[in-house]
Amino acid sequence: MSTATTSETRPSTSYTPAADSLGAVLASGEQPSRPSALSASVTFGWRAMLKIKHVPEQLFDVTAFPIMMTLMFTYLFGGALAGSTGDYLQFLLPGILVMSVVMITMYTGVGVNTDIEKGVFDRFRTLPIWRPAALVGAVLGDVFRYAMASTVILVLGLILGFRPGGGLAGVLTAVLLLMAFSFAFSWIWTMFGLLLRTEKSVMGVSMLVLFPMTFLSNVFVNPETMPGWLQAFVDVNPIAHLVAAVRGLMEGNPEAGEITWTLVSGGVILAVFGTLTMRLYNRK
Amino acid sequence: MTESTDLAIETSGLVKVFGKTRAVDGVDLAVPAGTVYGVLGPNGAGKTTAVKMLATLLRPDGGEARVFGHDVLREADAVRSRVSLTGQYASIDDDLTGMENLVLLGRLLGHRKPAARDRAARLLDAFGLSDAADRSVKGYSGGMRRRIDIAASIIKTPDVLFLDEPTTGLDPRSRNQVWDIVRIIVAQGTTVMLTTQYLDEADHLASRIAVIDQGKVIAEGTPGELKASVGAGSIHVRLRDANQRADAQRVMARALGGEVQLDADPVALTARISGDESDAGAADRAATALAELAGARITVDDFSLGQPSLDEVFLALTDHPTEQEAAA
Ligand SMILES: Nc1ncnc2c1ncn2[C@@H]1O[C@H](COP(=O)(O)OP(=O)(O)OP(=O)(O)O)[C@@H](O)[C@H]1O
Ligand SMILES: [Mg+2]
Repeated sequence: MSTATTSETRPSTSYTPAADSLGAVLASGEQPSRPSALSASVTFGWRAMLKIKHVPEQLFDVTAFPIMMTLMFTYLFGGALAGSTGDYLQFLLPGILVMSVVMITMYTGVGVNTDIEKGVFDRFRTLPIWRPAALVGAVLGDVFRYAMASTVILVLGLILGFRPGGGLAGVLTAVLLLMAFSFAFSWIWTMFGLLLRTEKSVMGVSMLVLFPMTFLSNVFVNPETMPGWLQAFVDVNPIAHLVAAVRGLMEGNPEAGEITWTLVSGGVILAVFGTLTMRLYNRK
Repeated sequence: MTESTDLAIETSGLVKVFGKTRAVDGVDLAVPAGTVYGVLGPNGAGKTTAVKMLATLLRPDGGEARVFGHDVLREADAVRSRVSLTGQYASIDDDLTGMENLVLLGRLLGHRKPAARDRAARLLDAFGLSDAADRSVKGYSGGMRRRIDIAASIIKTPDVLFLDEPTTGLDPRSRNQVWDIVRIIVAQGTTVMLTTQYLDEADHLASRIAVIDQGKVIAEGTPGELKASVGAGSIHVRLRDANQRADAQRVMARALGGEVQLDADPVALTARISGDESDAGAADRAATALAELAGARITVDDFSLGQPSLDEVFLALTDHPTEQEAAA
């Protein structure tokens, strides 16, 4: 009915469903067993990796953005705040690392929102799998992006002259703590991603939360110079405690109090926003 | 009790409210296992909402729904392991390739990677998508997208497959491909619930049809039963001589007891064979009319019996036309 050439050039339209081949696939329905929560989450993480592979442009925000932040603030404030950029970098780098990664967490919400817009989650939600897996996997994929941003900043810092007193072990522990906190923190954005209708509003709300949380902290300056009411805010700002913990670990004087504060606040954020996220996810 | 196990889907008084809209307003359905069940309705009738509740994507606000005896709310996981949904809008990941999409779902259904890849490859082949397997879905045509979406729904052969308007927006050839796919799937024992706005689609595929409008089932039955509730059909006659048409109209009106329409073609007329009080079948009554025409010396060159279209069914049931008719 169709010549070899047309079936080569128009394979999709000259297709006729074949009862035997399709029937054979359907009939050979070995029933696989339900995947574990971990395996389902990891599979969704794999999906996130595939998306990075196909759309590598999305890594722009975890490479170019952190580089810009580090360079900009080092040279902008270095001379004024610490006398020299070299000295300031010792203070700033752990802070700017935290700030960049925490800022990037908002893309988690944007990603969840676009997935819902496109209807992709509808299919996932009809699968008999551990319900949070799709979101946990997405956040796991994001943790990979955070690790990438951290590496970029640390390498740049080392090139610019940052010398962590805590050595490799201190830096790695600090990054691990940051990853763990960011994993928990991301659930704020998954909630907004589910709650808000458009990608733009998710971005808007994220900015509104992230700017004060990151700038009103100890990232750039020692809070002692701030007015009392601002110090009071910084005192309860979990980002400030995270920065203090990361700074301590990198300098080589880990502060148990700050680390505990960070882990506890991360745990609380995860419990509260993880629960709210799953509520919304199940109700959609 | 045995009866309920023969039903793939059973709903009673199913309700879903969005604000002031009663999208689904007390729907009772009983879908026999192993058949294609058509849900027919115009835009906004509540088809998608109903299907989403059955596929556990939306929580009903009232009533009950069971899939193979499992309640969609209380036993959602049991329902999920037996159903699969191809939504009205494609629900595959545009960024990923066709192969990756199917492997991803295969893995999520519990297949190990080699098995998932194998099944994905065979499905892509069966759906004529092998050549496009490694291209990202973004570049697929509308027909290819529909096919990959359906393929994604049968990675694990489901007991119930929901197809929400599977052919809307497809050209006739792609539509026929989807129809063929549906027939093959149902022949393997899967129950298919198919929503559509196209009356001929339900007529071609479904063994039972529920007509819904504004969230309510307004008619239910086999395609034949639905047609019978409107009228037995029509007879279309072509005369040799246009001058005899007025006489023919009178003879047929008397014989059939109904209105006879003059067609655009000057030698043709169409008569409704109305719902039946006598026991005579539609064809018998048509034969009587033809005999009377012959008796009146009116020469008939050609005739045909027509079944009433489902468009007529819809018009008769809702007293407002379907969108296609209104637009025509
Ligand atoms: N999420 C929602 N929020 C508010 N209203 C909704 C929502 N989903 C559906 N509706 C309303 O419910 C009614 C039924 O919608 P539904 O999508 O089920 O219709 P449908 O039969 O699938 O129509 P179509 O043929 O256009 O797909 C419509 O009036 C629609 O506006
Ligand atoms: Mg719909």
